[in-house]
Amino acid sequence: MLSADLGIILPEIILAIFAMLSLLGAVYSAKDGAASLLVWVTSGLFLAIAVWIGLNGAGANVAFNGMFVDDGFARFAKIVILVSAAAVLLMSEAYMTRRGLLRFEYPLLIALSVVGMMMMVSAGDLMALYMGLELQSLSLYVVASLRRDSLKSTEAGLKYFVLGALSSGLLLYGASLVYGYAGTTLFSGIIQTAVHGDLSLGLLFGLVFLISGLAFKVSAVPFHMWTPDVYEGSPTPVTAFFATAPKVAAMGLFARVMHDAFGAAVSDWSQVIALLSVLSMFLGAIAAIGQTDIKRLMAFSSIAHMGYALMGLAAGTAFGVQAMLIYMAIYVTMNVGTFAFILSMSRDGQPVSNIASLNMYSKREPGKALAMLVLLFSLAGVPPLVGFFGKLYVLRAAYEAGLAWLAIAGVIASVIGAFYYLRIVFYMYFGQERDDALDKSRSPILWGMLMASAIIMVVGVVNLFGIEGAAAAAAATLVN
Amino acid sequence: MDNLLSIVTFLPALAALILLVFLRGDDEAASRNAKWLSLIATSATFLISLFILAQFDSQNTGFQMVEQGEWLLGLQYKMGVDGISVLFVMLTTFMMPLVIAASWDVSHRVKEYMIAFLLLETLMLGVFMALDLVLFYLFFEAGLIPMFLIIGIWGGKNRIYASFKFFLYTFLGSVLMLVAMVGMFADAGTTDIEQLLVHQFGSETFSVLGVHIVGGMQTLLFLAFFASFAVKMPMWPVHTWLPDAHVQAPTAGSVVLAAILLKMGGYGFLRFSLPMFPVGADVLTPLVLWMSAIAIVYTSLVALVQEDMKKLIAYSSVAHMGYVTMGIFAGNQQGIDGAIFQMISHGFISGALFLCVGVIYDRMHTRDIDAYGGLVNRMPAYALIFMLFTMANVGLPGTSGFIGEFLTLMGIFQVNTWIAAVATSGVILSAAYALWLYRRVVMGDLIKESLKIITDMTRRERAIFAPLVIATILFGVYPAPILDTIGPSVEALVTNYQTALAAAESATQVAVNH
Repeated sequence: MLSADLGIILPEIILAIFAMLSLLGAVYSAKDGAASLLVWVTSGLFLAIAVWIGLNGAGANVAFNGMFVDDGFARFAKIVILVSAAAVLLMSEAYMTRRGLLRFEYPLLIALSVVGMMMMVSAGDLMALYMGLELQSLSLYVVASLRRDSLKSTEAGLKYFVLGALSSGLLLYGASLVYGYAGTTLFSGIIQTAVHGDLSLGLLFGLVFLISGLAFKVSAVPFHMWTPDVYEGSPTPVTAFFATAPKVAAMGLFARVMHDAFGAAVSDWSQVIALLSVLSMFLGAIAAIGQTDIKRLMAFSSIAHMGYALMGLAAGTAFGVQAMLIYMAIYVTMNVGTFAFILSMSRDGQPVSNIASLNMYSKREPGKALAMLVLLFSLAGVPPLVGFFGKLYVLRAAYEAGLAWLAIAGVIASVIGAFYYLRIVFYMYFGQERDDALDKSRSPILWGMLMASAIIMVVGVVNLFGIEGAAAAAAATLVN
Repeated sequence: MDNLLSIVTFLPALAALILLVFLRGDDEAASRNAKWLSLIATSATFLISLFILAQFDSQNTGFQMVEQGEWLLGLQYKMGVDGISVLFVMLTTFMMPLVIAASWDVSHRVKEYMIAFLLLETLMLGVFMALDLVLFYLFFEAGLIPMFLIIGIWGGKNRIYASFKFFLYTFLGSVLMLVAMVGMFADAGTTDIEQLLVHQFGSETFSVLGVHIVGGMQTLLFLAFFASFAVKMPMWPVHTWLPDAHVQAPTAGSVVLAAILLKMGGYGFLRFSLPMFPVGADVLTPLVLWMSAIAIVYTSLVALVQEDMKKLIAYSSVAHMGYVTMGIFAGNQQGIDGAIFQMISHGFISGALFLCVGVIYDRMHTRDIDAYGGLVNRMPAYALIFMLFTMANVGLPGTSGFIGEFLTLMGIFQVNTWIAAVATSGVILSAAYALWLYRRVVMGDLIKESLKIITDMTRRERAIFAPLVIATILFGVYPAPILDTIGPSVEALVTNYQTALAAAESATQVAVNH
């Protein structure tokens, strides 16, 4: 039995052992010199595992008496997590080396947090859920304050930690209530007790606390306060990481808990999530308008995007989950490109994140400006770019689940949100020439990521690279 | 050629891609190449589109030259034309080479300029050919991006405000349409326009939050589509983005906006609102008709006091679009025939008028009416051409403007005499503002110092106007080619509309009797 269980979680084990062994090695050699190499090896390993999961995974397997679930849904989410983590890791290497930030701990902490994320999307039990969540969060608290000598970075890490601990507390409290009233921590057991119309008050309370804790992780309003500060304070590669893989993992976990543990009481949680969704969309859209810092702006943008992804989840149907998965995959792709662009923004070697510094960027680097233009319109959800299809999927899911009001609110928020993306276009294309131009970036990796992401946004309109079918299959394994 | 429509649609985009990838440099030669390539591409598109016209069978009221392929999410890539859309396709391909030729003097970021216009052509053609809801929406909305950039990069002083207003206004209008489309998809299970045209959407009255909605789902869907098309059209009172956009856009942008982009709203009414939601349309017809009548009179009055030539013509466009919506919602053969005719002819006339403004703007760099006067003394050819299009704008018999106005008025007269009376007074007002504009700019003595050295139109400028002059007079004297092409399709549309209304009527009667 044990060997079968271990076989199922082999990818996670390999990654964890890799992280620990390299930690040992690095400690004994006590050199940061190998950090660059380690970054490449780690991303290579991420990609290899992603390919492995993609090719080998089949069916739904359960390990450790249901604590760990390896199904189509988990595999889809894991592949997105691994690929985006690899992409962000590669992007950060040059940036961090140049600024003396690259320590060997960085790739290892990322690797550990990825293990946590893989655990999260595969959790079949409240304890497995918490383990995955904490492993991910603790690693992220540390990387947020990676720049030890910067006040903002340490502040970001501390803020993230304190608020994260609070949300973990909420989550644990909810979990203990659920355990108390359901008599089990296994999702498959909870779903037996949590039948709609028969949801005991304690279980309902537990559910609400669980949702609050999870909403913090996806930075949904009103649990979003940490996001702008942490995004702004962390070193940019770390921000890029925050905006991508952990969001997918948290949304995956969210869907997992809601459907696996409370799938029989959809109407009880769908309203709560619909509310979170509409608040996030509007706050993300409105609060971003006044931002002058592009990292802060991206924080609000990600809050708004989480609102749309939650819209798919609020539908409470298999199609809704499919829409959410597709939305997240598209969102991550767009963000990798956007952050590749932000990482390349610098003046005299110093990173710049002021939007106004992009003045007339299109004149100096037309290619990159055009790619960024495509990404911005895609983020705004303007057709024919792929970002529009993400919105179309979630709108359809919400409408078909009888949440037409949510769909209407969503499109109105998207118009408000379009304004601040257009404002960046305005600086890049319509502004006035200034002397304090940004440096020409020479990083081929950043350039490649930006271009690849933009091209995907345009070419994806043909068939979304077939992720539709994969997401449908993934969603079908979660909702039945 | 099985995929003629796709070839026509994507040929300009292909040219844009070639420009984007292969054209390097920012020098004189590079911009000349960009201009020539764009001119060749748009002209080739026009020539190939003539095959569409040649193959088109006007007696067949269904969709022709249909191409179909699977797409994602159960959507389809489906293109086709019928009597209603084919002329809009032709109008687009006809206008674009002229637009490119009119931008020959652009010197600032020529390559991007040409790319934007070529992409815009692809998107506009796609709107008129798409036979899938989402595909239509895709083309419809995507057109905002190049237009936003055209206004924002190459526009006038206040271009930032105008471009943002243009984008957000029209974006807000059309996202509601997107929700309605999702709703139609859920209701009918398909996004194929051909199948949706025969699908019956629910028309039973129901109430939402205590408000009774007569016409039920059809009314709601109609309203959502109306929000989008009314903004695009633009109808009073949501027309305010248009004068700003027109004034700030470069000449070629104004021409495209007036000649083609505005027609998307009217086309949308004919393709979706009327045939798909007949009951909803019927319920709201009085509202739309009065809005049109108000638009005609109000915007004509506003045009009368404008100081800026482009703004004046922009307001006159809104008034003329008022005739179009009025004709469409008259719901009879003359009205709809007239509306389509009016849209086509307005394409030529307003395009030409904006080009006329462009001609003197290029020379004097101002659009203030007060800055001109007595141009006839130094620019006789210009005076003649400007007069022709002023008259056509007024609706003088013998020009194409007359046919459209007359038919729409005839159509509306059969439906509502009062609205016809109000709208007819707009004809007089349009004569007032147009002729007054002409008098102030062209007639009188040439007293202003700055105008003493102004030169008449160059050969290139005359060549641009020639096709427009021919089209305006030809279709004014002999409108049959247009009316014969659209006639059968419009007849089928009207018949279906009336049948659907009668069926809904009798269904309500039955419900009342029981």
